[in-house]
Amino acid sequence: MSVILSLDNVGVRFNTAGAAQPAPAVDGVSLQVHRGEIFGIVGESGSGKSTLANAVMDLLPANAAVSGSIRINDREVVGLDDEALRSMRGDEVSMIFQDPTASLDPTWPVGDQIAETIRAHYPVTARQAKARAIALMGEVGIADAAARYGDVPHRFSGGQRQRIVIAAALANNPQLLVADEPTTALDVTIQAQVLQLIDKLRRDHGTTVLLITHDLGVVSMICDRVGVMYGGKLLETATTEALFANPAHPYTRALFAANPAGAPRGARLPVIPAEWSVESLREAELLRAAIGAANG
Amino acid sequence: MTATANLPAKSLEVGTPRRSPRHFILLGGLILALLALVAIAAPLIAPHDPESVDVHRVLGAPDLQHPFGSDVLGRDVASRVIYGLRASLLVSVSAVLASLILAVPLGLLAGYFGRWVDSTISRTLDLILVFPAMLLAVTFIAILGPGSVIAALAIAVIYLPILARVMRTSTLIVARNDYVAGSRARGASHLRVLVTHVAPNAFGPAIVQASVLSAFALQLEAGLSFLGLGTQPPTPSLGGMLADGREVLIQAPWVEIFPGLVIVVAVLGFTFLGEGLRRIFDPRGVGE
Amino acid sequence: MADLLRVEHLRKSYTSGRPWGRKPPPALNDVSVSVARGRTLGLVGESGSGKSTLGRCILGLTRPDSGAVIFDGVEVQALSGRALADFRRRVQPVFQDPFGSLDPRWSAGRSVRESLDCFGIGAPADRERRVLDLFDRVGLNPALAGRLPTHLSGGQRQRVGIAAALASEPELIIADEPVSALDMSVQAQILNLLMDLQKDLGVASVFISHDLGVVEHVSDEIAVMYRGEIVETGDTETVMTSPRHDYTRTLLAAIPRPRSSAPRRPPCPQPT
Repeated sequence: MSVILSLDNVGVRFNTAGAAQPAPAVDGVSLQVHRGEIFGIVGESGSGKSTLANAVMDLLPANAAVSGSIRINDREVVGLDDEALRSMRGDEVSMIFQDPTASLDPTWPVGDQIAETIRAHYPVTARQAKARAIALMGEVGIADAAARYGDVPHRFSGGQRQRIVIAAALANNPQLLVADEPTTALDVTIQAQVLQLIDKLRRDHGTTVLLITHDLGVVSMICDRVGVMYGGKLLETATTEALFANPAHPYTRALFAANPAGAPRGARLPVIPAEWSVESLREAELLRAAIGAANG
Repeated sequence: MTATANLPAKSLEVGTPRRSPRHFILLGGLILALLALVAIAAPLIAPHDPESVDVHRVLGAPDLQHPFGSDVLGRDVASRVIYGLRASLLVSVSAVLASLILAVPLGLLAGYFGRWVDSTISRTLDLILVFPAMLLAVTFIAILGPGSVIAALAIAVIYLPILARVMRTSTLIVARNDYVAGSRARGASHLRVLVTHVAPNAFGPAIVQASVLSAFALQLEAGLSFLGLGTQPPTPSLGGMLADGREVLIQAPWVEIFPGLVIVVAVLGFTFLGEGLRRIFDPRGVGE
Repeated sequence: MADLLRVEHLRKSYTSGRPWGRKPPPALNDVSVSVARGRTLGLVGESGSGKSTLGRCILGLTRPDSGAVIFDGVEVQALSGRALADFRRRVQPVFQDPFGSLDPRWSAGRSVRESLDCFGIGAPADRERRVLDLFDRVGLNPALAGRLPTHLSGGQRQRVGIAAALASEPELIIADEPVSALDMSVQAQILNLLMDLQKDLGVASVFISHDLGVVEHVSDEIAVMYRGEIVETGDTETVMTSPRHDYTRTLLAAIPRPRSSAPRRPPCPQPT
């Protein structure tokens, strides 16, 4: 199976003026994502999962320093110049975010926003772009797409908006789709539908998906393989079945145990030991900030 | 990474437009403190009696004795500027303070209770907002007669709806927080919730607005005095001095320039202070 | 056993805010539920289902258009003065964390102390000790009492919120999405804390959440809300195993479960 995304010893560090040497946000992550699979990265807050996604998309702020190697289709992304990045970002990879409302211009008809993306990538006429946009809207499950082409975002529900964001992300036929918490802002019933949509797109087009989530349930529903992150490190990778059947790392085991869904009703939930608790991460961060403030 | 990222990260950090609010507050505060000191200590530092007429020095140019020159009646411009500043600051600051004292409870009540309390307060204050500021002030003075106290009162009334509206808006936002509902559930009375939770958290924007409005109030006071409606001659005021200097602008520019400069500096001081405060109370600035 | 709380035919509509446009559907439409002493009612529904409005009506923070909230045999809307204060002392809220459940200018200790002062519980000199006891009770280091909310983690903040609710020794706690903003590992700790308190203190609670998985774990009974109405109610076991309403079935199907599906829960050894 061919590899589309390959990370080798990737680290990300944010330089903040005045603060003491910051802990790396991402630390020594190596993994390979195969063509056509849905690869989940699961972790709690502070795990570095979103930072990693942004590093792949090269969307990190200017004060971030990336080390190691990120290769998309065997091309190195770290250190690539702006022009090459722009063309790559458009033609090979797309990204969708947690909040669909923030991804759409509130005053523009949604269809035009999709058509604009198409025209930015392909030399097509306005009419062709519109036809393709309507087809995409239909494909992501917007009923009566032609009639709704001219509607502005607030006339759609949250789930429909995320579908439109997905349609826009598909405008350039990306080979890799990076989805950062794509269903976190949605109600559970809608969440299931959007996940089914992502799964369907993967099957129809062979799109590879890198799915970032905090939710083990989301992972279990559509991911083929999963990486578990904690404190910037990738603790383990496994197929979803193997991970759920036999988690190798103590943190993963503790995380599973802490899930109330399906645990014996009313029973105490096993608590993650302090060394793997996000609370201790937060304490450490506050401590560092305090030391930084004292020194600065 | 991107081309910009090749620059040293440090220089990018410093180059970001978000200056620390401390700089603004320090600069604005310094200017205002200096002006306030001059105004308070006017009798001690003014070189001459601001109202003593000297026919020998009519429109005298600046010299060592009279650093800012003399005006049409031979009065020392430097001394008049110092006393004028005193009068102008007193009127504008007390006007805004009076306005704030009224606006804060009105805005709090309107934003917190909503419904008919809000409509009553808001609609009444909107009536004031309908008229242009200067027109309102002139009308006010036409009824009550000119003078610095009346001018201050007029300015206070003009700014009341603006400050009350700012206070109402921030109250609306704060009152939505769960700790306000929680406090009610923990047995706090409406008054207690307003005083201990809502007011302290909603106060920031009103303070910022008051600081910015002080700059406008200073200009408004100068404008009223310029028209002869504010501080009455022979008591010097910055606006009144501008009116005097206008007629001799060509022969004796110093009569006009120095009070004008002081107005500009004072307005700058209030504006800097307001900008600094705004950045502190700006939710994104909390981490600073 | 007599019900501690009875909600009868509650209705509440909000005006749409602008004079034109359609009238929004009612937030509560003929809602009736009840909670017995020491029991937990799980209230599950999606955003906009009216579950939070119901919580606020029970707390007496929102006035319903019609219907009645009856606590310990007395109608809440008729209360005033001392009787209202007494009701407030006995019914306490716990909110979702980061969206402003603690005053950003108040130290953790002061927030916990608030209800002691308002209700006049204990001698003033004694209250400081009570606050520290409460910190201990919810598993917080008393040294954190002086910290501002911004310097606490999400889990710590939620513990402070729970301590503040417990300060007046309530008989009923209305918990509105108390764990939805927390990381999974922290969520488990807070759920454990809530269940322990219930066991030790015999507090009844209404547990409001969008997450059926969480609600199932802590509740004795479940009421499912959809568009302002209770579409299904019953004891947890019945609702989870044989749901009668279509919407409940949709919710159940949407609970993410492992695809291998054989065990309903992945086998997981206790961490040592």
